[in-house]
Amino acid sequence: MFLNLDKVTKVFKTGTFGGQDLHAVEDVDFGLTEGEFVSLIGESGSGKSTIGRMILRLTSVTSGVIEYRGKDISEFRRQSLKDYYRQVQGVFQEPFSAYNPIFKADRVFRNVKDEFFPEMDNGRWQDKVQDSLGAVGLNPDQVLGNYPHQLSGGQLQRFLIARALLLDIDFLVADEIISMLDASTRIDVLNLLADLKEREGLSILFITHDLSLGYYISERAMILYSGRILEKGVTEKIFRNPLHPYTKLLMASVPRIDKKWEEVEAELEEKQSDIDSGCVYRDRCSFQEKCKQCEEARPELREVEENHYVACHAQEED
Amino acid sequence: MEPPQSKEKNEFFYFALRNNKLVIGLIVVFFFLVFAIIGPFLTEHDLNERAGPRNQPPSAEYWFGTTTFGQDVFTQFVYGLRAAFIVGLVGGGLATIVGMMVGFFAGYHGGMVDELLNMLTNTVITIPKLAVLLVIAAYLTVRGVIHESIVIGLWSWPWAARAVRSQTFSLKSRNFIDMARMTGMSSMKIIWTEIAPNMMSYLFMTFVLQFGGAVLAAATLDFIGLGPTEGISLGLMMQHSFNWSAIQLGIWWWFVPPGAALALLVGAMYLMNVGLDEVFNPKLRER
Ligand SMILES: Nc1ncnc2c1ncn2[C@@H]1O[C@H](COP(=O)(O)OP(=O)(O)O)[C@@H](O)[C@H]1O
Ligand SMILES: [Mg+2]
Repeated sequence: MFLNLDKVTKVFKTGTFGGQDLHAVEDVDFGLTEGEFVSLIGESGSGKSTIGRMILRLTSVTSGVIEYRGKDISEFRRQSLKDYYRQVQGVFQEPFSAYNPIFKADRVFRNVKDEFFPEMDNGRWQDKVQDSLGAVGLNPDQVLGNYPHQLSGGQLQRFLIARALLLDIDFLVADEIISMLDASTRIDVLNLLADLKEREGLSILFITHDLSLGYYISERAMILYSGRILEKGVTEKIFRNPLHPYTKLLMASVPRIDKKWEEVEAELEEKQSDIDSGCVYRDRCSFQEKCKQCEEARPELREVEENHYVACHAQEED
Repeated sequence: MEPPQSKEKNEFFYFALRNNKLVIGLIVVFFFLVFAIIGPFLTEHDLNERAGPRNQPPSAEYWFGTTTFGQDVFTQFVYGLRAAFIVGLVGGGLATIVGMMVGFFAGYHGGMVDELLNMLTNTVITIPKLAVLLVIAAYLTVRGVIHESIVIGLWSWPWAARAVRSQTFSLKSRNFIDMARMTGMSSMKIIWTEIAPNMMSYLFMTFVLQFGGAVLAAATLDFIGLGPTEGISLGLMMQHSFNWSAIQLGIWWWFVPPGAALALLVGAMYLMNVGLDEVFNPKLRER
């Protein structure tokens, strides 16, 4: 495991005086091996971005440990943090806000040069930039020297991936990076990721609210609901044999890749509530009559078949 | 393709030159600035020397007349204008700089840092200014315009700090800050190179307001006798003229120039601020 999350929890203080606790992420455990492509799937507000941001050290962890190559990332300071970012980078959902609007888009490259390669001479740096732009399928002459608003969403996202590649990263957190792109570019960016994994051995945490996308692209998947992982394992197994009632519901609602997530969300309109004890999913669960424990105890993730885990009391009984 | 930066700059000047408030404010400030710079070269008198007969109305020889002590009002006026610009630049500048520092740090770091700095800000706001000034006046028996400017600067920053803090707070949540953080860049550098440039117009407007505020505050202090003990200022001229019953005696040339200059200068600063707001903020632009 080169990235490992152990009982990672994030509690946000909300309300006017910070008096309320919002459990955005709770007891999340998972690991990633080198070169792996893992999907984190969950509807909006389930805590996906918070997990990504904690891995990227952009949000602090309330409790639990995130380890990268055996080191607790919360202990990284200055130089060690910089070394971490040399290997681990993120790209987010909203391409425009990732750029400072008053500067040219290339500034994101300039910052990487200033911070990581201050010594490198400009000629060599330019070659490096051209190479990584080429690797993400952008024509340097077309994109360099432009302001963010002069580029398309797809170009901006590729630009950010190119920025990450300048660093020879091992691990990329891709948080809904295609959800704001138009249909034709989405597939291209997706294929670019798959390609990078193949060619560069990049590990990717692919965050998405779209079940079919997760299936399309990843080797392993995790289903997140209200901050908890309800089911995780080899993508094939989860999709062939969904065990959790929530996953089943998702599968039933998204039978084909062409179905829009918006339509699915309309079907799943009930709100996720912050449930203090018992199963987070019990209000919506279709098995409810089956087990009494759901109100009392949080179900733990259990391996039901090889490399396929589910957190559901109903699955424990038989 | 034309680089948009220059296009935006042109656009700025296009709207700036068509904004009457800004143009009028600039003209007034510029007029007084020129006056303050070249005025002292146009007079052969000294500040407090007895330049001629007492209480002379304006004439070809004494352009703004003379005081009860026979001092040349024009000479005092131009040096007083200089003092006003010094107070504005130093006092307003200091308030803007301290306010920026505190606001950037509080807004960027949030949490405990924010709470501590907020406490400091609120403390400075609630300290009874007059008491502090009386103490300072008691200890610093010889005070110049610079001392006064520094005191004014050190007490007027909280307003700027609050404004900068809230702007920083909203910019901080933008993704480009995260991109910068993911290079391991120091927070100082992020504030300075990513956040501050986005607030240039805002910082400039803050300075303009603080400038006007500092000039006004100095005039008030001078008038109640807490001003400089050396040199002259527009406020001191007002104070002297009032002390020597210039109004009752009809010596209008003694208090009208400094009073009018103060009102016009401070008014012009506020007018510029409104004008700049309209130029920077397209929603407020006049058609
Ligand atoms: N900085 C924050 N302060 C308070 N609450 C937050 C913050 N960030 C996220 N949340 C809350 O945490 C929950 C999970 O958010 P997020 O991780 O963004 O979900 P997702 O990415 O799956 O849509 C949401 O209820 C959201 O409102
Ligand atoms: Mg999200």
